Amino acid sequence: MARVTSLVVNGVTRQLDADTQSSLLSVLREQLDLTGTKYGCGEGQCGACTVLIDGKPHRSCITPTGDAEGKIITTIEGLAKEGRLHPLQEAFLFEEAMQCAYCTSGMIMSAVGLLQTDPSPSETKIKDALEGNICRCGTHPRIVAAVQRAARSMKGGAH
Amino acid sequence: MNEQQNISPAIEPERYEFRGARAYIFDLTRRDLFKFLGAGALILCTNAKTSAFQESGRSQSQTNDLPKDISAWLHIGENGEVSVFTGKVEVGQNIRTSLTQAVAEELRMQTSQIRVVMGDTLLTPFDMGTFGSRTTPTMNLQLRKAAAAAREMLKDLAAQSWNVPREHVVAGDGKISDALSKNSATYGALLKGRELARLIPDQDPLLPATEWKVSGKPLPKVDGRAFVTGAHKYPSDQKRPGMLYGKVVRPSKFETKLVFADLSAAEKMSGVIVVRDGDFIGVAAPSDELASHAAATIKTDWTAAPQPSSKTVFDYLRNNLEARESYNSSSKISAPANALSATYTVAYISHAPLEPRAALAEWDGDKLTVWTGTQRPFGVREELASVFRISLENVRVLMPDTGSAYGGKHTGESAIEAARLARAAKKPVKVVWTRKEEFTWAYFRPAGVIDVRATVGAGGQLEYWEFTNFNSGGSGLNTPYAAEVRNEQFQPTKYPLRQGSYRGLAATANHFARESFMDELAHQAKLDPLEFRLRNLRDERLKAVFEAAAKKFGWPGNKKSSGRGFGIAGGVEKGGYIATCAEIAVERATGAVRVVRIVSAFECGAIVNPEGLRNQVEGSNIMGLGGALFEAIEFEDGRILNAAFSKYRVPRFQDVPQIEIVLIDRKDLPSAGAGETPIVGIAPAIGNAIFDATGTRLRSLPMVPNGLRIS
Ligand code: FES
Ligand code: FES
Repeated sequence: MARVTSLVVNGVTRQLDADTQSSLLSVLREQLDLTGTKYGCGEGQCGACTVLIDGKPHRSCITPTGDAEGKIITTIEGLAKEGRLHPLQEAFLFEEAMQCAYCTSGMIMSAVGLLQTDPSPSETKIKDALEGNICRCGTHPRIVAAVQRAARSMKGGAH
Repeated sequence: MNEQQNISPAIEPERYEFRGARAYIFDLTRRDLFKFLGAGALILCTNAKTSAFQESGRSQSQTNDLPKDISAWLHIGENGEVSVFTGKVEVGQNIRTSLTQAVAEELRMQTSQIRVVMGDTLLTPFDMGTFGSRTTPTMNLQLRKAAAAAREMLKDLAAQSWNVPREHVVAGDGKISDALSKNSATYGALLKGRELARLIPDQDPLLPATEWKVSGKPLPKVDGRAFVTGAHKYPSDQKRPGMLYGKVVRPSKFETKLVFADLSAAEKMSGVIVVRDGDFIGVAAPSDELASHAAATIKTDWTAAPQPSSKTVFDYLRNNLEARESYNSSSKISAPANALSATYTVAYISHAPLEPRAALAEWDGDKLTVWTGTQRPFGVREELASVFRISLENVRVLMPDTGSAYGGKHTGESAIEAARLARAAKKPVKVVWTRKEEFTWAYFRPAGVIDVRATVGAGGQLEYWEFTNFNSGGSGLNTPYAAEVRNEQFQPTKYPLRQGSYRGLAATANHFARESFMDELAHQAKLDPLEFRLRNLRDERLKAVFEAAAKKFGWPGNKKSSGRGFGIAGGVEKGGYIATCAEIAVERATGAVRVVRIVSAFECGAIVNPEGLRNQVEGSNIMGLGGALFEAIEFEDGRILNAAFSKYRVPRFQDVPQIEIVLIDRKDLPSAGAGETPIVGIAPAIGNAIFDATGTRLRSLPMVPNGLRIS
């Protein structure tokens, strides 16, 4: 069977050995120790496993590892630069947009994807973009507020 | 705040769960028996029963007493870092932060130097579990007492070593100082790593809430950064060297017996460990994928008797009464002939915590260590000791901060499974349930049927009140309204699914029935629903939240367009007072219902962390919205039919209305917990609003399961 032997994750080329059909989620978590990306459903329904592939949000639980080969993968662990948090991470902290926080990395990665295509999304746009991400604790209003806050601060030229 | 609260099993008598819990009966085969166990006798596991007894506070086996020494709760390192030990656990309710505030308050120091060790059976004092909204009223108080005692002891130490009068030394900013002699030393320097060897006095030297400087104010989640960077290790993220991934081969339905199993294909796979022990079949392999693959090759056959379905569940409950004790406050008077009556129902629902059950187990000889997500680490320790027939001292359960629970993680299924596999594999094994397993093999919030009957006098006062809950439970059973005659009872029944605790327990079902029926009575009496409630309320605290919510909401609402409706509901439970107003919109043509706006007023005594509290009240409303509108477990003949997020609908962003929260801070009253009670108001508030808009009374939860349509 065809194998994948390296992936570019968070700016680093990482060696591994995985079937092309293995889910990217399991490879990130098991082989690369990047457990910030979460399992919530395995069927593309909850968004807990969201990562960026070439800048676009993808559900890693239903992404075959082969599809990510040679592409640029970003996980939650790769967002902060030199210890400085990404504005979305800052904003989630500021708005306390989490309770158990198990959904948080997926929410943030989905929101990073959104703000890349739409730097000042309306509330409706944010809700649309995050509709596929489940927060079971019910922190939705805070998450929307956090995305709005991050959008404002990013327009200020921080990133 | 100086009442003596008993922290040990202050469990509500009506707590109602775990009967019939499925337990593994392991026949621990000779191959992996440890020497100390002796010859392989059959182990009859009774852990399910133990749990039930423990939940009801009737167990004899535990040490209930809280340790009296300060050192059991607090340690101050030489570097000044304070370690706090509590058996409570963090599942998103933010107690790691509010407990930190409590300790910082009494120790007069910064929160940043305080680290809370939670839910580790080796390091923390025994605790029954994190449920029933008990952390704030009990643990918060206990830790404040321990911290206050530590502070006083540090003052004694300083006064002695400087030889200055005791009354002159003060504690502040992590130091003890004496203004006259100009002496000053940090706590760390005073103690030099020694234990805080003193008993916590019965005297109450606590700061009154009116003088709180750290508590009572917002404090961001203490370890928030670890969560937004993905660094925090949840139970499902745990790893150990050489660890294998475990999978359990599940029966085809509930209540089954294994009649046939062919393990041969899996046993031939390299690196795969296969275990069959009684009806338990599981595998462990170096990757999750290989484990799943191996499990899929195992052929099994199971037998089971026919079982009820969700379509007939309410008849089933009514027709299968159990003669067990029920809780009631019955008068001898029965319902007058002119009484209004109605029947309400609630469906089985799932907690669906975003992190499914997970455990990593590791054996070292006869010693077992398990990292798992549970609200009852000490309960799980007991389960493990019982199943594997080892002493409690040989089991250590650790609970890393977990991806939520909502009352759904009281049990140790994944811990037992991981431990069983690890024993055979002689390596650490991690078991993380799939979403389908979580939807199927966890337990559910009980379904229930509630009959209500009442009469109202000419002056709008309740005269007769009768309320019977079948199966869903006794929490919140008793009406807070002043009826002359009351007949209230909880009637246990047989039930078709494994059922247990859930955020708010049966208070959600009971409030849905009661507060919807109060609305029916108000309309019959031609009274405004709020006015009708206030007329029948004697409880000033409950009145106050009703009035606060109504004021903020603008009750009785201003009907701008047809298809809009307004509803109000409230209640008191676990020391918290909630009132919720809802505005809904119904699209005439399609029948689609949308919740537009929610206003909740909540009061739970002195507020410890206002922002954390607000977050809990918002979250309760949103979670409650799911059960109110569309969440329901569908089942048939021992199978769950909608065991996936694509089939079981939970609230998402589009479902979430505008939410406004009014918090009433009663600094003169002890703090109560807040993670549960605010959930009880939303379903009846929405139902009453739907009636207001349409004239249709919806008496079943969920109210609009068919794509938010009134069918
Ligand atoms: S785990 Fe991938 S979407 Fe849920
Ligand atoms: S914070 Fe718990 S799932 Fe979102």
